[in-house]
Amino acid sequence: MAAANPAIDHDAHDDHDHKPQGFLHRWLFTTNHKDIGTLYLVFSLLMFFVGGTMAMIIRAELFKPGMQLVQPEFFNEMTSMHALIMIFGAVMPAFVGLGNWMIPLMIGAPDMALPRMNNWSFWILPFAFFLLISEIWMPGGGPQGGWTMYPPLSLEGGTNVAFMIFAVHLMGISSIMGAINIIATILNMRAPGMDLLKMPVFVWSWLITAFLLIAVMPVLAGAVTMLLTDKFFGTSFFNAAGGGDPVMFQHIFWFFGHPEVYIMILPAFGIVSEIIPTFSRKPIFGYQAMVYAIASIAFLSFIVWAHHMFSVGMPLGGELYFMYATMLIAIPTGVKVFNWVSTMWGGSMTFETPMLFAIAFVILFTIGGFSGVMCAIVPADFQYQDTYFVVAHFHYVLVTGAVFAIMASTYYWLPKWCGNMYSERWGKIHFWSSVISVNVLFFPQHFLGLAGMPRRIPDYNVAFADFNMISSIGGFWFGASQLIFVGVVIHAVYFSKNRATTQVWEGAHGLEWTVPSPAPHHTFTVPPVIRDDALAHGDVTH
Amino acid sequence: MNAGNRNLGVLKTAGVVVACAFLFGFAMVPLYRVVCEHVLGIKLAPGAVDRSRVAGLVEDAGRTVRVQFVTGVNSKLPWSFTPELSSVEVHPGKLTEVWFDATNNGGEAIVGNAVPSIAPSEASAFFNKTECFCFTEQVLQAGESRRMPVRFYVDPQLPRAVRELTLSYTFYANEAATVRLSAEQHTKTGSPPPAAG
Ligand code: HEM
Ligand SMILES: [Cu+2]
Repeated sequence: MAAANPAIDHDAHDDHDHKPQGFLHRWLFTTNHKDIGTLYLVFSLLMFFVGGTMAMIIRAELFKPGMQLVQPEFFNEMTSMHALIMIFGAVMPAFVGLGNWMIPLMIGAPDMALPRMNNWSFWILPFAFFLLISEIWMPGGGPQGGWTMYPPLSLEGGTNVAFMIFAVHLMGISSIMGAINIIATILNMRAPGMDLLKMPVFVWSWLITAFLLIAVMPVLAGAVTMLLTDKFFGTSFFNAAGGGDPVMFQHIFWFFGHPEVYIMILPAFGIVSEIIPTFSRKPIFGYQAMVYAIASIAFLSFIVWAHHMFSVGMPLGGELYFMYATMLIAIPTGVKVFNWVSTMWGGSMTFETPMLFAIAFVILFTIGGFSGVMCAIVPADFQYQDTYFVVAHFHYVLVTGAVFAIMASTYYWLPKWCGNMYSERWGKIHFWSSVISVNVLFFPQHFLGLAGMPRRIPDYNVAFADFNMISSIGGFWFGASQLIFVGVVIHAVYFSKNRATTQVWEGAHGLEWTVPSPAPHHTFTVPPVIRDDALAHGDVTH
Repeated sequence: MNAGNRNLGVLKTAGVVVACAFLFGFAMVPLYRVVCEHVLGIKLAPGAVDRSRVAGLVEDAGRTVRVQFVTGVNSKLPWSFTPELSSVEVHPGKLTEVWFDATNNGGEAIVGNAVPSIAPSEASAFFNKTECFCFTEQVLQAGESRRMPVRFYVDPQLPRAVRELTLSYTFYANEAATVRLSAEQHTKTGSPPPAAG
């Protein structure tokens, strides 16, 4: 290493916490993993509210049967954009931001492996979402064919279709670069002694997620490129009139799409595997089992995609194969849930806000997993397909799964990021308000789906009125609760007088808890010495 | 050891993986056809069956299969298109003829192409057409109607479980052929062709 002596290293800078001066210079040109992590997280929060506003519009329209507030075309724009923004703008950038902030701190690296590319991969995102969102004001409006972009419907618009496709290309490029950076960091930048099987589970989950990303984001890029040429250059990949096959799009899309849903949940698994041991004051139960479970889920995610298309008319053999392969995923997922519960078992648990969110994650994500297994049963799925039951399923896994994990991680690591404790009282209020409202919002949707209410429609049979009203009330309540979250974060960063200690949480273990709070701009310029007993998961042999 | 070089190595390897994955997305197009036709036995090519096979057909009078007909017209084609019978009962191995009617309700001559599809897909390899309007382009002058035949037989090897199958057609406008047609018509009558678009 060049800077073997930290004293020499310091001479080059005026102070230890050296940051570039000037707002633009600091944020636009930054190559610092912590700054880029912050950028990602702030961007993600912004997109969470943009996508959330669209969700409020959807729920307002669905508050009562009949057409109330918006035109059907605009309603369809809202459902399509809500999903695209939440998936590519909120959940994925939040995980990349957390990875940027925490992976170098957790493996004892001074920064990400490819810092300039890191800057680039972030700054592509605002442009991607500018393209996407600006479509709303174009002739023809935004995408209306759903986030899945099935042709021929998704190609019905005018030139505005190209904006959606280029936006997806940019998002793909950004996440591929982010993923490559994370792989290079984890493989090359670990402090001596931080063997692969000593890494925190969060780092493992990101390593595997990054492999999924580089394997499937290009497939999505290919699929939307084919949409582009079908629309503008006269090819017929998916155009039946020219000998193409629209069902083929679904196969290509879901070959990306199913791994994509695991891209959105594996880092959440990692986060929860960090938080539960801390507040149970016990090492994680079955560390290696956790790692292998993530790896097997990732592998299986490549071979189950057609469970999204059970009703397209596949041959029976195909339906059976995809049904059983999908159900197989429940096994490693069950191992994970078992291990989280076993970690808590007999621990001296406390229930600070991150732990509350983590426990809610375990319970509610499992409910989402159950409804997933129900959807995997072919004859049953013929009834569930394209109804609110599927909407309920993926919101349990994505909102009470991925989003709750992101919130848990924010409460957990925020004191390390900003140096101040958040208000525990308001954190708990945020938690209880969210966890109750989210169930009021999504649980009734199971029944609506079973009763036959289709998804992606602005109007519905009066028979569905009551549960929709309940769901909408839960929706507004959940949306409003997130304002508390913003308040808690702003308060902690700018106003809290309650300084965080280095370890922050009494039961916290791992390298990130050995650097001061707030974490200085440069950390681990000298590789730390790894002590096995200080690792988050204790004994590495089990 | 040099971290910079190793990072470059990861970058290159990952770049290759990304490129392969991108190409794989496109490779799924031919792969899809191969898997459908050779693994799952779904017939994608709509072409006519060889006439020599018709000669050796043995009718299985002990079994009846219901064949249903469904028609659709793409929104860009101002035609109406219906089957004369909504379904027929046939014995496997027997050559059957059914008729479809199409009318051009528009004010211009248009070329259309019909795209067939068989459900359930397992049955597609056992449904054979010797003659079909979907094999060729169909030209309908403004206001013209046409009766169009389809001659088919169901292969006696059709799995026992299939008792009913559906033949569906969607008519699409063949834009390239329509433009060519109107250019030809205008050179014949001597008037200039209308501007494209
Ligand atoms: C045991 C685990 C799971 C199983 C068995 C499962 C199964 C399924 C099935 C069969 C469908 C298709 C339902 C239909 O369209 O009729 C589906 C849809 C979906 N799942 Fe899951 N799933 C599981 C976990 C997850 C996870 C972890 C996520 C994301 C974090 C997720 C996200 C989604 C999404 C977004 C859709 C809907 C996509 C769309 O049509 O727009 N699922 N799931
Ligand atoms: Cu899936």
